[in-house]
Amino acid sequence: MDKKFNEGAWAEPGTSVKNKTGSWRTFKPIVTDRCVGCGTCTKFCPEGAIKIVEKNGKKKAEINYDYCKGCLICLKECPFKAIEKEVEK
Amino acid sequence: MKKVIEGSHAVAEAVRLCAPKVIAAYPITPQTHIVERLSKMVADGQLDSEFLCVESEHSAMSACIGAQATGVRTYTATASQGLMLMHEMLHVASGMRLPIVINVANRSVSSPLSIWNDWLDAMAVRNSGWVQLFVESSQEALDTTIQAYKIAETIHLPVMVCIDGFYLSHTYEPVDIPDTVAGYLGDYKPKVVLDPKNPITQGMMAGPKAFQEFKEQQHRALLSAKDVIKNENREFNKKFGRIYGDGLVETYNMESADYAIISMGSVCGTIKHILDEKKISDIGLIRIKTYRPFPNKEIIDLTKNLKALGVLEKDISFGIGGALWADVKTFVDKPVSNFIGGLGGRDIQIEDIVKIFGTIRKEEENIHWVGSQLKK
Repeated sequence: MDKKFNEGAWAEPGTSVKNKTGSWRTFKPIVTDRCVGCGTCTKFCPEGAIKIVEKNGKKKAEINYDYCKGCLICLKECPFKAIEKEVEK
Repeated sequence: MKKVIEGSHAVAEAVRLCAPKVIAAYPITPQTHIVERLSKMVADGQLDSEFLCVESEHSAMSACIGAQATGVRTYTATASQGLMLMHEMLHVASGMRLPIVINVANRSVSSPLSIWNDWLDAMAVRNSGWVQLFVESSQEALDTTIQAYKIAETIHLPVMVCIDGFYLSHTYEPVDIPDTVAGYLGDYKPKVVLDPKNPITQGMMAGPKAFQEFKEQQHRALLSAKDVIKNENREFNKKFGRIYGDGLVETYNMESADYAIISMGSVCGTIKHILDEKKISDIGLIRIKTYRPFPNKEIIDLTKNLKALGVLEKDISFGIGGALWADVKTFVDKPVSNFIGGLGGRDIQIEDIVKIFGTIRKEEENIHWVGSQLKK
């Protein structure tokens, strides 16, 4: 039988890395300069798609758009209202 | 060893012999005595199993699914509303190709509330991808539950062994309990298991490009169960000296029959008794033991020289007729009358069956409600 169809639909690990869910997005969250890198959004992001990175000595949230589904929970939870949205083009 | 025991306890003895590592169950009449006895066996150290007292039947099947996925044999039992609550997870178990074994002590489904026997519960889940076996006696319940593990683990699909609530579950009969199933049922050897050292994903999502093929695989596997069931019926006979027809269907009094009555479960014992006592030669019995996969080829072969048939069943597929009747009609091109009776625990009596025989001889095709008290 075709190797692709493992009976019982089991798979090797890593399917959530392979399936880039960024294509599902309708709204795209954008991190603005108001971000202070507090990390609140990283804890709320259901996809684990946000990381805090250092840029020019300043901490800032960075969204991985390969996996961000555009749920905008980060925008809602940001204590500094530092995340804005735009319609995905 | 022969013992006079309840059908429920016969099933519990079968499960003890097959030694599932995890039993997850929630009590519901008329199934309760099965898992009650099993929990006693575990408490008394006769059975080395984890007995999980879960909070619902949905959880019972979920726990069996999780445990079975790690590579151990599992067991549960339920009935009626419990099977309805479990319905969602029945599809998950078959879709994940987990060879779980369940006993259903068949009981009606509310509303109106009834704790008594019919097949409305099992028939409501006939499309969930499980093998469904219906047995006639307590001995057959024990034997079939042992075979169920072998069948399930061969085809990687779950198996449901249906015993008529009360008529079998609560009735005392002499039952021969094997000393061991060693030499018949080996260790469970799964194809894939959940193991943190060698991670895989089970029960994952399948998109439109893949989903249909998984369902096609399931259907093929369920059809392949026919040969496996026939084979296990023979192998069991070699080892234990008991056999039930060809495993799919059992015939009785068919030698010179012009007509046949088709049915399942414990009511077939009553039918056999009447055929014998009244020395009837023109009517025979075809007892369907394996309901899913459906023994279509066997039904066609057995009925090809007959004039007409009747299907007696304790269920109704609302808006069409009896579920079994509709299945038989799919493959048989001759008059088939449908007799729906015994719902909610009403006894199907000798005079009912004698009347049914008379109607079958008329070679007509109607849906009859046995002993109906409603105006036509």
